Amino acid sequence: MSSLNVTSRTLLKDLRMEWRSKDAINSMLFFSLLVVVIFSFAFNPNAEESRRIAGGLIWVAFLFAAVVALNQTWARELRNQVLDAYRVSPAPPNALFLAKVLGNFLFVIILEALMAPLFVVFYQLRSIGPVWQLVVIALLGTWALVVNGTFFAALSIRTRSREIMLPLILFPISIPALLAMVDATTMVLTGDGTPDFWLKMLLVYDVVFTLVCLLLFETVLNAE
Amino acid sequence: MTGTAESSNQPVIVLQDLVKFFGRFAALRGISQSFVRGNLYVVVGDNGAGKSTLLRVVAGLMEPSQGSVTLLGSSKVRDVAHRIGYMGHAPLLYDELNGMENLRYFAGLYGIADDAVCRAAMQQVGLDPELERRVGQYSQGMRQRLSLARAVLHDPELMLLDEPFSNVDVRSARDMAAILGRVRDQGKTIFVVTHQAPLMEPVADEFVQMAAGQIVAREARNRNAESALISQRGSQ
Repeated sequence: MSSLNVTSRTLLKDLRMEWRSKDAINSMLFFSLLVVVIFSFAFNPNAEESRRIAGGLIWVAFLFAAVVALNQTWARELRNQVLDAYRVSPAPPNALFLAKVLGNFLFVIILEALMAPLFVVFYQLRSIGPVWQLVVIALLGTWALVVNGTFFAALSIRTRSREIMLPLILFPISIPALLAMVDATTMVLTGDGTPDFWLKMLLVYDVVFTLVCLLLFETVLNAE
Repeated sequence: MTGTAESSNQPVIVLQDLVKFFGRFAALRGISQSFVRGNLYVVVGDNGAGKSTLLRVVAGLMEPSQGSVTLLGSSKVRDVAHRIGYMGHAPLLYDELNGMENLRYFAGLYGIADDAVCRAAMQQVGLDPELERRVGQYSQGMRQRLSLARAVLHDPELMLLDEPFSNVDVRSARDMAAILGRVRDQGKTIFVVTHQAPLMEPVADEFVQMAAGQIVAREARNRNAESALISQRGSQ
């Protein structure tokens, strides 16, 4: 049986379930909206200040919002112990992991696409550097967040307070990626240097952590 | 059915000195038994006897602390996973999907892309494949039937069922027991853990009594003649 086939079926199943419940996307949108509005009113920054703080603000908002989706990912599989049905099947464990990562990646990318115009409006953001670089940062940065997030959410599903456990494990390990995302975004927005180094670092981070997560996922899935 | 060439009295499940600890508590205490092909085994015992733990260890959902499990000739459950059907205590179904959507997804995990297989499985357990209602809105009996359909979907040689009649009304439970009898008649081996042993009387081949993490008695039933006691306490 092809891993790709199981991945696509699982991904479609998750998208269908999310479309019907809208649990993850609604909570993520609400949280991000709150951050955008509150910080905008609290700081009331001018265009220049916005460019300097927006990198941090945007990624912190997306990181916290992503945690909501990441917790939902495995909660669905725990209800009615559906995960056991997957575990007893001959389907490859990594196919499940990849489907979950891709699903979360899509949810967070959709969130970013919806929130980007609001950031522009509320913070009067005008990028001095090339905008396409922001797109690359968003893609690489989002993958870094969701690949680790999905893995650590799986790791914490059997713990009693998994909603608290996930950020406790995820945030420290995401610091290198977050630094790269924030600095690269700020560089592009302010036009102060090129983000090449940070982009390369993000790429390496993504490759390394994707491989490590894929190698370890079967052990995590079958842990008692 | 796969493996029809294999001898009918060849063991399908072989347990060797099986021990399972939860912390310092031993849920299974040195079980060594074997179970042959084409029989319907009913595992009975009080709460905490180790029935569900035994089933989960056999299904590969738990690693034994000591000992080994050989299923369908393989010591690696994963290698024969496509030949095993498992129905847990919980329904193992997505509440947000309807019956066919659930079965389609699980069929895909076994490499089955044919919708007709899912339809047949639903009809086999007496459910309407056209039912649009989501599983979250099913009655408990319907959930259990659908869960059984999911377990038989890929035509497994060995079925492991944990409390398939829990929260099911007597009529539905009898229907399900009859379905299991028919599946066994097709040459499959079925292992049912239940507290409702009388429901299985008409179809069971053997009752396996568990107590304190051990198999303490095995009572064979000749469905065409009188019962006979074939095995007793402790090891084989």
